[in-house]
Amino acid sequence: MSSLSRRGFLQASGALVVVVAAGQASIAAAPGAAVADLPAVPDPTQLDAWLAILPDGSVQAFFGKIDMGHGLEVAIAQIVAEELDVALASVTLVMGDSARTCNQGGASGSYGVSHGGRPLRNAAAEARRVLLAAAAVQLQVPVTELTVRDGVVSVTAQPARQLSYAQLIGGRSFNTRVEWNKAVGNLMDVKGQATPKSRDQYTLVGQSLQRRDLQGKVFGTRPFITDVKVEGMWHARMIRPPHAGGHVQSIDTASIAAWPQAQVVHQQDMLAVVAPGEWMAVQAARALQVQWSADGTRWPGHDGLHAALRAAPVLRREEPLRRGDVDAAFAGAARIIEAEYEWPLQSHASMGPGCAIADVRDGRATIWTGSQKPHSVRDGAAKLLGLAPEAVRSIWVMAPGSYGRNDAGDAALDAAWLSQRLGKPVRVQYMRHDATAWDPKGPACVHRGRAALDAAGKVLALDFTTRGLSRVDAQFHEADPRDTLAGQALGMPSNADLGLGIPGESYDFAAKRLAWEVVAPLQARYSPLRTSHLRDPLGPEVHFGSEQFIDELAVATGHDPVAFRLQHVTAVRDKAVIEAVAKAAGWQPRSTPRGRKGRDGLLRGWGIAYAQRNDTVVAVIAEVTVDPATGRVRVPHVSVAHDCGLVVNPQGLRQTIEGNVLHGLSRVLFEQVQFDSETVHSVDWASYPILEMADAPQHIEVVMIDPTAAAPSGAGEPTIRSVPAAVANAFFDATGKRLRRAPFTPERVKNTLAQRSSNRNTR
Amino acid sequence: MSTVKFVLDGQPVSVDVPADTPLLYVLRNELGLANPHFGCGLAQCGACTVHLDGAALRSCVAPVSACEGHRITTLQGLGTPEHPHPLQQAWVDEQVPQCGYCINGWIMTAAALLASTPRATDAQLREGLAGLKCRCGTHLSILRAIKRAQARMLA
Repeated sequence: MSSLSRRGFLQASGALVVVVAAGQASIAAAPGAAVADLPAVPDPTQLDAWLAILPDGSVQAFFGKIDMGHGLEVAIAQIVAEELDVALASVTLVMGDSARTCNQGGASGSYGVSHGGRPLRNAAAEARRVLLAAAAVQLQVPVTELTVRDGVVSVTAQPARQLSYAQLIGGRSFNTRVEWNKAVGNLMDVKGQATPKSRDQYTLVGQSLQRRDLQGKVFGTRPFITDVKVEGMWHARMIRPPHAGGHVQSIDTASIAAWPQAQVVHQQDMLAVVAPGEWMAVQAARALQVQWSADGTRWPGHDGLHAALRAAPVLRREEPLRRGDVDAAFAGAARIIEAEYEWPLQSHASMGPGCAIADVRDGRATIWTGSQKPHSVRDGAAKLLGLAPEAVRSIWVMAPGSYGRNDAGDAALDAAWLSQRLGKPVRVQYMRHDATAWDPKGPACVHRGRAALDAAGKVLALDFTTRGLSRVDAQFHEADPRDTLAGQALGMPSNADLGLGIPGESYDFAAKRLAWEVVAPLQARYSPLRTSHLRDPLGPEVHFGSEQFIDELAVATGHDPVAFRLQHVTAVRDKAVIEAVAKAAGWQPRSTPRGRKGRDGLLRGWGIAYAQRNDTVVAVIAEVTVDPATGRVRVPHVSVAHDCGLVVNPQGLRQTIEGNVLHGLSRVLFEQVQFDSETVHSVDWASYPILEMADAPQHIEVVMIDPTAAAPSGAGEPTIRSVPAAVANAFFDATGKRLRRAPFTPERVKNTLAQRSSNRNTR
Repeated sequence: MSTVKFVLDGQPVSVDVPADTPLLYVLRNELGLANPHFGCGLAQCGACTVHLDGAALRSCVAPVSACEGHRITTLQGLGTPEHPHPLQQAWVDEQVPQCGYCINGWIMTAAALLASTPRATDAQLREGLAGLKCRCGTHLSILRAIKRAQARMLA
């Protein structure tokens, strides 16, 4: 597997040599010239690092991100085919292979199309320019007299005179430099001399073209990461400490004597059982007896978590947005509104637990990973193994959806370490309890909203602070082994950083302070409760507080929540999505809760929330029903108005938005990691319930707003940030009670409805 | 070690494995299938679902010995690109999957459900699909696809 198959198809039959003279490119074929051997790590300054035309004229595009199922593969292929003027079917993507793709940062920040597509668009446009120039030389006409269609260049006036891309370059390298902006990751971009098409020239971009990965999924033929098999590989199961701060004290290897081929691999707190057969490894890992010591670590438990967050010393506070004199406004206020909101720890709980296969031998490593950041796996594994990054090849293989820093990268470094120790290929497959209990968690937080009002009810100042666990207690990638379970189990110190986030909005209050405060992790190192990025890092958490608080302000000042937002947002696109969602949902203005019990015995209400995320803006209206007898909250209808600029593939976008809605509903209605002072109790789907079919909405209406001036700006995450608050605001509309703590479990709902007071927020 | 014989996707197979080995591990390792999937090992998610004589079975907790003499059908045996099951065709038509790791649970369970209750209502479908998980949130696409396939099967 160490040889690079890209070399295989680039036959040494010749190369195009580009000669730039007097500002005009001319091209001459140089038959017989050997193609330079491509480097082990692609060079972004070479057009060949981005695109190849194969001998049959088909196109390979090298994409340094991955498609975890949002249809990014077809969207990027649309962009490439558009610029090259080839049929979509002729474009295939190589994704997330560190030896074949540049480090575009993997899946990250909903940047797949907006940032990930940029260098591919520019490279494809440049490739077309180079090919046209070559054709002009061979056909002996100026470029301006050429037409390209489906990868065939013809003389416009004499269509019979033509050359295909295959004839021009098939199987050979471009040998053309492009200008690299020196960025690595999301911002990586290249430019050639060509100018990409303008929007009015698009024929493929903007179409709902079907995904090409579905047949293999639907007929069960396309391998996932879990299906990769390497000859001679052994199977591993990891053994984690069962309680807080546990360390391996002693191991009774006789306890697995029933499986004589099974072995224990152990160093410090890194502990695994390996065996030549998978079921053997599972059984032996279950049977292994380990004595654990405790280092005195105690957690606050999920019920005591928010009190602990309030009491903990603040390690870092930042005020990314500060406007006007907030403190003076509060000092002179006629009335102060304040409220606090609580969000729990949540698990990625990916559909499949982390899995990876590593083959580390003879000073080289190949790792097959489902991590959404395969280049980070390469870098992290290289450091863990003591190898140069060039000696490590990390290959992404389709995997259970990840939505951020899940457990896939941890599995990759575990596998790499075990393979190096054993000198043979090793497959690590986490069990469900590893995945749910030990994956990086979305941070818990407490939000405090305060508003100063004058005697007329005008909002003079808004002061909103999120305090919680860091979003980067474990970094959002695996490029440093200190951020992985393997590194920490082997005694490396944590690489923790401190960070949270603030609301994304454009409210015009004269004085405004949006701040965050981070407290220490619940356990410093090798912790099942480490926190990192979970889909739309901090988005659902923060806006659950901030957008509920805006609703509370609207109600407290006698305004309709939609009208209040429209009155105070300043960005034109924010206004547009709020207006659009209100129209789509048939919003009826209300300044007090309208909820009343229907004939079905359910309380029914509607709520709105909106948020910006990078350059995308989304507004959501949820209709909820509350069953006062059972405490069950359901969300039969959701309306979404979504503006992410240019829409490359409308059907893919719609599915992506729906997924955001369902994931958001699951998190606000069901999800919280349960733990006590020393044990995580959320270990499977029974102890970490998520939304199922019975609770899926009847209908989700999506309005796509596509302002012609805006470039694409991302859709993988923006919708989810408004969903929890929309549900919470609808709950208030239905019941007249505020539920300021997620998730909305039946017990919590019943307790809230039983409160005599209206749980108001004014003092 | 025990020898267990059963019919897998129409073909007779014979495996020599410990009798308590879950069917899932046998299908994936001894018989080399790229599906069904391991999701939980606890019959809580459905990613491992196959049919035993036409009834949905969570293969992650079913010992292979229970399959002796029975017909086991996997997603690959349910239909092929050339001869798709109506649900598989509907899954493509509706562009249902995101990551797709959960597919076996939904399609195999729905296939058994529609076979026994061809005119299942929305409420019956939702109830019959209880326990299945999809972490990407494709639930509405799944329902659209099942109803599309149902309409085709009834036509």
